[in-house]
Amino acid sequence: PLVDEHSFVFAFGQASCVQYRLVIRDVNTLQILQLYTCLDQIQYIEWSSDSLFILCAMYKRGIVQVWSLEQPDWHCKIDEGSAGLVASCWSPDGRHILNTTEFHLRITVWSLCTKSVSYIKYPKACQQGIAFTKDGRYMALAERRDCKDFISLFVCSDWQLLRHFDTETQDLFGIEWAPNGCVLAVWDTCLEYKILLYSLDGRLLSTYRAYEWSLGIKSIAWSPSSQFLAIGSYDEKVRILNHVTWKKITEFEHPATITNPKTIVYKEVEKSPSVDAERLSFPPRALASSLFSTQSKYDISQVPVSLQYVKPIADRANPKIGIGMLAFSTDNCFLATRNDNIPNAVWIWDIQKLKLFVVLEQLCAIQSFQWDPRQPRLAICTGNSKVYLWSPAGCVSVQVPMEGDFQILSLCWHSSGDSVALLSKENFCVCYLEREEVK
Amino acid sequence: MGDWKTVTVPVLSSDSKNIFQYTSEKKMSPPSLNTQVLRLPLPSSKSMHTFFSAFCTEENIEQSISYLNRELTTLGFPSIYAESKGKELNLISVINCMNELLVLQHKNLRAQEEVEMQHLKLGSDMDHLQNCYAKLKEQLELSKREIVGLQERDRQLQSKNRSLHQLLKNEKDEVQKLQNIISSRATQYNHDMKRKEREYNKLKERLHQLVMNKKDKKIAMDVLNYVGRADGKRGAWRTDKTEARNEEEMYKALLNDYEQRQKQLLMENAELKKVLQQMKKEIISLLPPQKQKPKERSEDGPVLSDLEEDTGELNKENMWELSCETVREQLTNSIRKQWRMLKNHVEKLDNQVSRVHSGALNDKDVISREDHELETEKLELEIQQCKEMIKTQQQLLQQQLMSPCDDDTTLLLQDCYLLEERERLQEEWRLFREQKKNFEKERRNFTEAAIRLGLERKAFEEDRGAWLKQQFLSMTTDYKHSENMTTASAFLGSSDQDNRLMNSTSQQRKPHCTLSIPIPAEPCQTSQCISHNSSDAASKKPAGDKKPNQWEESDKEETE
Repeated sequence: PLVDEHSFVFAFGQASCVQYRLVIRDVNTLQILQLYTCLDQIQYIEWSSDSLFILCAMYKRGIVQVWSLEQPDWHCKIDEGSAGLVASCWSPDGRHILNTTEFHLRITVWSLCTKSVSYIKYPKACQQGIAFTKDGRYMALAERRDCKDFISLFVCSDWQLLRHFDTETQDLFGIEWAPNGCVLAVWDTCLEYKILLYSLDGRLLSTYRAYEWSLGIKSIAWSPSSQFLAIGSYDEKVRILNHVTWKKITEFEHPATITNPKTIVYKEVEKSPSVDAERLSFPPRALASSLFSTQSKYDISQVPVSLQYVKPIADRANPKIGIGMLAFSTDNCFLATRNDNIPNAVWIWDIQKLKLFVVLEQLCAIQSFQWDPRQPRLAICTGNSKVYLWSPAGCVSVQVPMEGDFQILSLCWHSSGDSVALLSKENFCVCYLEREEVK
Repeated sequence: MGDWKTVTVPVLSSDSKNIFQYTSEKKMSPPSLNTQVLRLPLPSSKSMHTFFSAFCTEENIEQSISYLNRELTTLGFPSIYAESKGKELNLISVINCMNELLVLQHKNLRAQEEVEMQHLKLGSDMDHLQNCYAKLKEQLELSKREIVGLQERDRQLQSKNRSLHQLLKNEKDEVQKLQNIISSRATQYNHDMKRKEREYNKLKERLHQLVMNKKDKKIAMDVLNYVGRADGKRGAWRTDKTEARNEEEMYKALLNDYEQRQKQLLMENAELKKVLQQMKKEIISLLPPQKQKPKERSEDGPVLSDLEEDTGELNKENMWELSCETVREQLTNSIRKQWRMLKNHVEKLDNQVSRVHSGALNDKDVISREDHELETEKLELEIQQCKEMIKTQQQLLQQQLMSPCDDDTTLLLQDCYLLEERERLQEEWRLFREQKKNFEKERRNFTEAAIRLGLERKAFEEDRGAWLKQQFLSMTTDYKHSENMTTASAFLGSSDQDNRLMNSTSQQRKPHCTLSIPIPAEPCQTSQCISHNSSDAASKKPAGDKKPNQWEESDKEETE
């Protein structure tokens, strides 16, 4: 394999890893600040919460190396040995590292302050088994003993077990804290549509089941104010629960034909490339790249619009059907969703009116999207060399000026909302956004 | 039906037959005449002759007379004999009897006609009724057939319905069965999964033991130096106190969250209550008061007083403090009632409006159209009048411009005058433009001059001051002589300047040369030109005003 995946966390600097090397750059100038070499191919990197340390996890060797930004010659290496390593993450205080060993045998909590090591047995082998509250005070851990699911709540400051309770799930699939840190959402495997809401002190607040037998929950998202919980399911619908009664207040459907005339549908169309005679000059490389990467722009399609629908293969597991991506905007006004049957479209819902607001139809399948942490602005990438930005004022398609192929597979906003990193398989680039002056 | 028609015909034919029968039967049986006489219509003249000659011949006069007498007496007529026995006929009674018989005949004929008419009528009625009857019978047949058809269809549909119900039930049963199958399979899978999981857990445990047993020295952390905690504090041991503290903190966090939410909800509640109160007030104000009261009285008398009390109470006290059930219910119920009343009221108004609208629609249209037409007529008249006025005025104007045909000279003169006028105007325009340019130039000069003068004046004042100082200093010797000199020159200079200024700036005024001091030639000339120009400029009026201009010019010349 040529290169590894890149992972980013924007804080002051910006770290990227290429095989063995960890490169730290300044966000504004992309100047290399530090360069570290690890022992093996890095699979995962994460900044600590105070941005002083970075951990680099190498799952194959079972090693985690931690580097310091302040003291470049400080080093730390955690070796799991024959226990193996499957996942690694920081604790919210930035001084403990939680390593999940192979086969999810146990979670080891290594402390960078003391020599103490803690073990947590029977962690659950699921996608989202560990969840920290936003303020970093509590950690929820999913466990499974004797074929039953449990949740343990720990206080992160001293790792004291606060609560331990069982959940009425068949096979817990994920847990997520509400942004206010008082409610924990626990949902079941996709074979059962069931989501449970627990309070911080372990009481079951409510259970919600939309239907039986069909494939259930695919993804969930809390609204930033903790007012709403959006549940995307395999039946191509998003159901929104409210935090007062934990009952469904509305359902968002994702049909392949949009008929409501109040919905704005932006369709990406290719601008026919205008090849001037002057441009036909050596070196032909430049021309080739401009030929391959055609400009595109958005056109407003007239409703009714029928979107490209991909019929999923019926007898395969984990079908590409249903709402796979869900994200609330940071101002709580919009919800962006993707229906995996209609992979080229992003649906943006107005939460204040609980109605479909905008549909963006792209030429290629949506790879990922992310909201700007400061304003209602959505950045989308579809695997080509363009990044698409949408805001209530309109949408724009931005071509990354790069030679050759640059297929953007994921993106990541800076916490200030001024720049967004665009990642392809081997390269990345940072897109800086000008801030509008507010008079 | 056709039978009836054919029946009527033979009657006539039988009648005609009867007539001939009479003639043949007459000779044989006179008494049978009675019956047949009644059925006979107006006898034809031909039959009459034969009939009359058949009854009485010369031989049986006596017999026939006596027979007639017998018949008449039996019919109730007086005897036609003069006396009871004898052979003399009482002519008068005979005539009377004849007359009576004629009258009787007429009556009988009329009666017969009537009867026949009625007979015909009845016949046609009968026809009509039979037609109706036939039609109704047909209709009845049809409807019977229809009913049968419909019943058949109904039966079919019912059977279809039943079959569909049955299908539905079957489907439901199948669905239920499938669901049961699914659930049983699910439980089976779960059971199997659990079994496999237990096995897996056992393997994990084993593996864990092996891993731990190996005492891998490799499982370690190698760190250069331990880092301090993020918050700078020292790590603490976990004790009961810390546990309690953690619990406390957790509950505090939860309580904070609940309190915040409650605050938000309270605020929302208060706002909504305010809105409801406002709505209630507005609804009450909207409703017509008369309608409200009787309704209130009839429906729920005490409620009104309660409502008033409520409004009074709730307006006085703090609404957001009253959040108990009863008050809440009262408020919502009262608003609901008011709203219903308002709705009814509005519906009534709507109905009224629609009725009025539909009823008086045409009238309104007609009236408005009439009005509209009247107005348009008026406006058209006005337009016509205006047009005429314009035409007449144009004509008058043209007439004025064009002089009458007999005065050619005046016409020519006027033409010439016009040309002259135009030329003069052009000349004057040119002059005016020149003047303007000159004025601009002069204005510039004057401003420069004014500036210069100002500067010079300043300098002069300074000089004067210096001079005066000098004078003061050397007072005794040169006092009077030098003073006179300087003041004179000063005055001269200043008067010169003043004059110049006056002449240059004031164009319209007639320069009153009251000063005896010789005026420098230049400004005078320019002023003359200026005045000349100004007079020309002023003479834009028509020729009639030439005189005052000339007068002005001459005046100027005089003064110069």
